[in-house]
Amino acid sequence: MSLELDAHRTVTAARGRAAQRGLTTRQAFADRAFRVALLGATLLFVALIAGLFVELVHGSWESIVAFGAGFLWSSEWNPVTNHFGALPFIYGTVVSSAIAIAIASVVGISAAVFLAEFAPSVVARPVSFFIELLAAVPSVVFGLWGLFVLAPILSSTVEPFVQRYLGFLPIFSGPIYGVGLLTAGLLLALMIVPTVAAIARDLIQAVPNELREASIALGATHWETATRVVLPSARAGIIGACVLALGRALGETIAATMVIGNRPAISASLFAPGYTLSSVIANEFTEATSSIYLSALLELGLILFVVSFIVNGCARILMWSMLRSQGRRA
Amino acid sequence: MIVGARLAPSRRASGIAGVVLTGFCSALAAGLLILILGYVVVQGWGAINPAFLTQLPRPVGVSGGGVANGIVGTLIIVALGVLMAVPVGVLTGLYLAIYGRGLAAECVRFLAEVLSGVPSIAIGLFAYTILVQPFRHFSGLSAAFAFMILMLPLMIRTSEEAIRGVPTAIREGALALGLPDYGGVIHVVLPAARPLIVTGLLLAIARVTGETAPLLFTAFGSEFWELNPGNPMATLAMQIFRYAISPYDDWHRQAWGAALLLILAVLVLNVGARWALRGGAKRS
Repeated sequence: MSLELDAHRTVTAARGRAAQRGLTTRQAFADRAFRVALLGATLLFVALIAGLFVELVHGSWESIVAFGAGFLWSSEWNPVTNHFGALPFIYGTVVSSAIAIAIASVVGISAAVFLAEFAPSVVARPVSFFIELLAAVPSVVFGLWGLFVLAPILSSTVEPFVQRYLGFLPIFSGPIYGVGLLTAGLLLALMIVPTVAAIARDLIQAVPNELREASIALGATHWETATRVVLPSARAGIIGACVLALGRALGETIAATMVIGNRPAISASLFAPGYTLSSVIANEFTEATSSIYLSALLELGLILFVVSFIVNGCARILMWSMLRSQGRRA
Repeated sequence: MIVGARLAPSRRASGIAGVVLTGFCSALAAGLLILILGYVVVQGWGAINPAFLTQLPRPVGVSGGGVANGIVGTLIIVALGVLMAVPVGVLTGLYLAIYGRGLAAECVRFLAEVLSGVPSIAIGLFAYTILVQPFRHFSGLSAAFAFMILMLPLMIRTSEEAIRGVPTAIREGALALGLPDYGGVIHVVLPAARPLIVTGLLLAIARVTGETAPLLFTAFGSEFWELNPGNPMATLAMQIFRYAISPYDDWHRQAWGAALLLILAVLVLNVGARWALRGGAKRS
């Protein structure tokens, strides 16, 4: 750190001298123009994000004024009477994302532990590569696969089986459609597993080796070291990785739209169709006829933006705090 | 590893069970890629033929036709997005790498990180409100604008890392030779940082090529040859979406074909990104 700082000072000093030592007027001008261009690009980037927020607020203002805070807990969504409430979509988004993160965090963290602590590099390298490629598969392809492969499997075998034995629970009751909250949650889980696995693996690898050595020296097994020493010391960062993945699941649009069933209803059963914030925007935005309808859809987008901003911000802070504390310890 | 003659059997067993279980989870995650990829190849292969690649979509009920306009539309929109994202992304990365100390720069970095997690559909809404609504018609250009914002976080981060990765001695050398600031950056620092910047760009392109959600109300889609980005345009990803949710078997078949094309493009871009990175590492 201090070495880097020194290096920076030298460069700064050298830059200062170069400026004093006869640059031509043209060069000095170009130098200034260059700095202005860099600053301008950065300001443009910040302005874009600010503009994103301002435009969403501006676009949804009509709806905010008309429905107030009640928009968040009203469950009526009726384009005919122009009455709009977001609750069914918030419900669908929360339930499908909760299923996704519950599965993805377990599978992803396990995979990360295996890849970072146990797998020989001959195994770890190709497996990591595959998992990273899984993250690159476009969501519309996930949606296609979910619609034609996953949903039929769930509706023909898995869901009837679960219902036969656990059908007395409200979450597994009711008719089976194939598309629904559970299908969407499972598909989202597949999509965010790579995020959890890849980031958690990097964080686990960043845990200083001294901790492992000390634990082994005390007589712990490799497995005990991994679960009781390494994982706890990477905890904040790994929670951050899961929160980040949760953010992805909350905002994922196309794949969820293709398998969730798109019905604005709140039902206890996970087999029932639902709707998410992003999929209602995707489906209805180009069909919105009245300005209040459009404004309500934009407000859903605003909710999505604000929630994802907060979720991602928290995730980044968690991961930074872990890496920083590790940097101090090392 | 898990040896030791006096290890209690239960500790030994839990160790073995743990490794097996975590190994299974890794295999599951990696296996899913192979499963999905294999399914797309098997289903999509039959749909791909010269007509599929060169013809326009046919109306419902007329079998045949292709996705040529979607391929061209995707290329045009992505290219326009790249043209907009590269200058802003690389210059912001340069700013952060060279002058990026202090709270303001830290905030810009934080914004870039957070923006990378903002749902693409929200970014599409932004593009709609400033580039579609005022002009009262959908356009490829508004989609390219959304793509630019989607690409920026990755471009900024990789550019900054690439430039920071250039050894300080090289930068000092340029200054010592009397080069002005911008000269050192343009002739010395940027060429040295190029492989990583290209890697970031390829990954960013791979990310947006498969995007569908923000296009639904920006590029909108089209049945025709459309080379003018001022008009609504088709893209492959949107065609997959519309074909998949349609009730027609022939369209489902074409959706798989288009998915195969899209996935191949994305995989090639990802592998290319790794290759560019390795090429850079070898040279320095």
